[in-house]
Parts: sequence; C-alpha cells; structure tokens
Amino acid sequence: MSERVEKRNKLAIIAWSGTADKLYPVAILSSAAAAGGWEVEVFFTFWGLNAIRKEMLNAPPKISADFAEYGPAVAQAIKQMNFPPWFELLRQAKAMGNVRVYACSTTMEMFGIKDKSVLADFVDDVVGAATFLERAKDAAVTLFI
Amino acid sequence: MSIKSAKTLDTRGKFCPIPVMETAKAITQIGVGEVLEVLATDPAADPDIKAWAKRMGHEVVSAEKTPEGYLRILVRRLK
Repeated sequence: MSERVEKRNKLAIIAWSGTADKLYPVAILSSAAAAGGWEVEVFFTFWGLNAIRKEMLNAPPKISADFAEYGPAVAQAIKQMNFPPWFELLRQAKAMGNVRVYACSTTMEMFGIKDKSVLADFVDDVVGAATFLERAKDAAVTLFI
Repeated sequence: MSIKSAKTLDTRGKFCPIPVMETAKAITQIGVGEVLEVLATDPAADPDIKAWAKRMGHEVVSAEKTPEGYLRILVRRLK
C-alpha cells in the first residue's frame, strides 16, 4: 500500500566519500541547515565511515586522487582562511541544531570496527540502510556525497 | 533615520557557513523586535543571511555595502 509522505525541512546525506573535498560539503551543508532550523540526518558509510575513525580525524586530510596535485595548495588556503576542519563544522552543527549522525553497521564490520567508541564523538547511532531510509523519506533535500 | 542595533556581530574574514551559523547564534542573544547588526566580507553572507532570515521568520531591514567595502546587514528578530 502506498503511503503519502509530506516533505519537511530536512536534509538527508549519505556521506560515502572519505576525502576532505567531499566531507567539507557534507559539513557545510549540514551546518547551514542546522542554523536554519532544518533537521539533518547524516549517514556515514564506506570511505566516509573510514574518515570518522578517531585516528583519521587526527591524520592529515586526504583529497580526491583526481585532484591530488591541488592538495597542498588547498590545505594551505584553508589554513590561511582560518577555516575550521570539516568535522569541527559538523560538531558545531550538532551543537546548534537538530543533527543526527549515523554509522553504517555493515561498513564497520567490513573495516573491522568493533564498536562506535573508535568513531568520532558526534556519531549518535550505529544503524543500517532501512533506518536511514525511514529517517530520510520525508527529507526535502537528499544527497549522496 | 538610523536604526539602532542591540548587538553587533563581526564575521569579517569568515566564510560560508560561519556567518550564517554565528548569525543564528547571535539572534538568540537579542530580544524580539530588536535588531542585530552583522558585518561581513564573505559575498555569500548577503544572499545566505537573507535566505536564512526568510526561513526563520526574521526580517532583513537593510543590507548595504559600506564605503570601506564590507557588508552591513541589519536583521530584526521577529520571534
């Protein structure tokens, strides 16, 4: 039976990528949405999940291989702009609004991550695809990044 | 006639999404009906703060470029 779904001011993002040039858009859009009172659901999977392991947050950020030659210049520019790391923006977004962050259980198993204590402190829950779909079904904006 | 602002937020030198995030925080520190003055150099601050205000139900009273070349945006808290 079909269910009518009313769209809400909600942003749902599947954060698949593990490079800073893609994680920044995840964090910037989430922060802008949180500031505007939107609900935000971010589902970290595959390389996105790998990037939110605590040890990765402390490591130098990666950039997409296609653009690797720009990496040092971009890193330098971000420093000069005094722009926060992407995960700090996401943390601020959580502090100011209704932002929920999920870790993909299948990817955790694949990467040998036993529990969420090794992941960033902004992760709320370990969930699967069905949970994300349920949480995201009424989102006005849905992105795969 | 000049509008009196209850608070000034200086976001000059900061980039998207920081001016909007700081505006969202600062508006809660003034009373309903009062005006927040936001200074910005990020060109996105003008459309972004207008879009944010529309979404949040606040009023952008004015947005102008100062002779010094930065943006000065006045936002009235409406709720």
